[in-house]
Amino acid sequence: MIDMKDVYKRYPNGVTAASGIDVHIKQGEFVYVVGPSGAGKSTFIKMMYREEKPSSGTITIDGVNLATLKNAKVPLMRRKIGVVFQDFKLLQTLTVYENVAFALEVIEEHPKNIKKQVMETLDLVGLKHKARMLPTELSGGEQQRVSIARSIVNSPKVVIADEPTGNLDPDTSWEIMNIFDEINTRGTTVVMATHNKEIVNTIKHRVIAIEGGRIVRDEQRGDYGYES
Amino acid sequence: MCVTSKEVITAMKARTLGRHFRESFKSLGRNGWMTFASASAVTVTLILVGVFFVIMMNLNKVATTIEEDVEIRVHIDVAANEQDQEDLRQKIEGIPEVKTVEYSTKEKELNSLIDSLGEEGEAFKLFEQDNPLNDVFIVKTKNPAETMKAAKQIEKMEYAAKVKYGQGQVEKLFNFINAGRNVGLVLIIGLLFTAMFLISNTIKITIMSRRKEIEIMRLVGATNSFIRWPFFLEGLWLGLLGSIIPIALVSTAYYYAYDYLAPKLEGHFIKLLEFSPFVYQISGLIILMGALIGVWGSLMSVRKFLKV
Repeated sequence: MIDMKDVYKRYPNGVTAASGIDVHIKQGEFVYVVGPSGAGKSTFIKMMYREEKPSSGTITIDGVNLATLKNAKVPLMRRKIGVVFQDFKLLQTLTVYENVAFALEVIEEHPKNIKKQVMETLDLVGLKHKARMLPTELSGGEQQRVSIARSIVNSPKVVIADEPTGNLDPDTSWEIMNIFDEINTRGTTVVMATHNKEIVNTIKHRVIAIEGGRIVRDEQRGDYGYES
Repeated sequence: MCVTSKEVITAMKARTLGRHFRESFKSLGRNGWMTFASASAVTVTLILVGVFFVIMMNLNKVATTIEEDVEIRVHIDVAANEQDQEDLRQKIEGIPEVKTVEYSTKEKELNSLIDSLGEEGEAFKLFEQDNPLNDVFIVKTKNPAETMKAAKQIEKMEYAAKVKYGQGQVEKLFNFINAGRNVGLVLIIGLLFTAMFLISNTIKITIMSRRKEIEIMRLVGATNSFIRWPFFLEGLWLGLLGSIIPIALVSTAYYYAYDYLAPKLEGHFIKLLEFSPFVYQISGLIILMGALIGVWGSLMSVRKFLKV
């Protein structure tokens, strides 16, 4: 599903955020990406949805090489990938329903399908009853659930999450993790960068540890391995 | 995942277009004062452009009319006999720039002089006196701009006593029109840039205020053109909004100016351009300029601030 071969990323300011990354992630896998701040986790994640282009090497997602993908074709590639952030990135003036529907409207989905897909997805994240509320009327955990709903409403093959529980309290974090697990169970590949030791050590999945732009550890059912 | 160009190039659906229209109008309202300022800048610019064009087009028309009337009058020396006159005619016709040579006797010249003087001219008839005029060759050149060149050559010929061609009057008029055109163009180009800059600023504000929305659109896979369209439309509306008042103003002003001036110029060789279709042409030009300024201004901002 996701293939990185000998990937390097050097920023113009001289920082090398990825040096020689080789990784293969299979369809349906759940992968934690861990490592200290500034280790290159974000760059690793950003290269997967083509927010950053590698300086060299190849990144293939579902058969498409992101390193050589033309800018004009990036939008179509993005439709196969859902992205979730620490800060939710919801539009405050739109309701829960509208925030999720927005993702379908801007890719010109037919209005008939939009309502059905949005309500199904809101049901999945447990927010069907709050569809008409504004993000400001929701708790942090609920806002993150809206953002997850938006990322999966288009049924992407991969969901990439960058510290999705970073802003949430422990209880809420578990709720969010359960949703990601549910998504994964349905066959979607999940790649999650996280600092949450407890979650990584409890819900066991593959762990990729990055330090200094290199993969220093890659274990099936691994541990967090850092003092948090 | 197969991304074909067919998928990329999909005809814009009516629904999508409707969404772009709504978004662009919403933006106009949200930006309120910036919308007003940009449209006003376009208005001022286009009023000046309109007035300038009305004046220049009419001056051009006058110039063309005068140009067509430009002729060289070659006064033939009284000493020349018929053979000499014929030689002179042939030499004039030999100049490559010359189109026609017409002969006019001194009697004919006198009659037309008397005619042109009206009642005062009648006085000439009362006196039996010698005709003081010369026989004349009326020479027209193929291109009015070559008049002076041809005249200079004729001046040197034998039996050409005097050569008259409005000596510099026409050139002075053309120089004046050209100078006016240059000054006006510089002024208008400056104004066009000001208006474009203001529009691009308005679009920039729109882009900034919708940064988060744009970021999400990019993340979920909206195409670049889908993201850009509302901004193009907003620029276009600003340009078109700005062209309403100039069209109304220039058309009305020309209507009254034409009504007032046309009868006064009757009988002179000066004629103004007819209200119709000239006003429609000018209106079309103003709308086109407005749209161009708007789209261009928005293009500048979209390229600079919309990293898609």
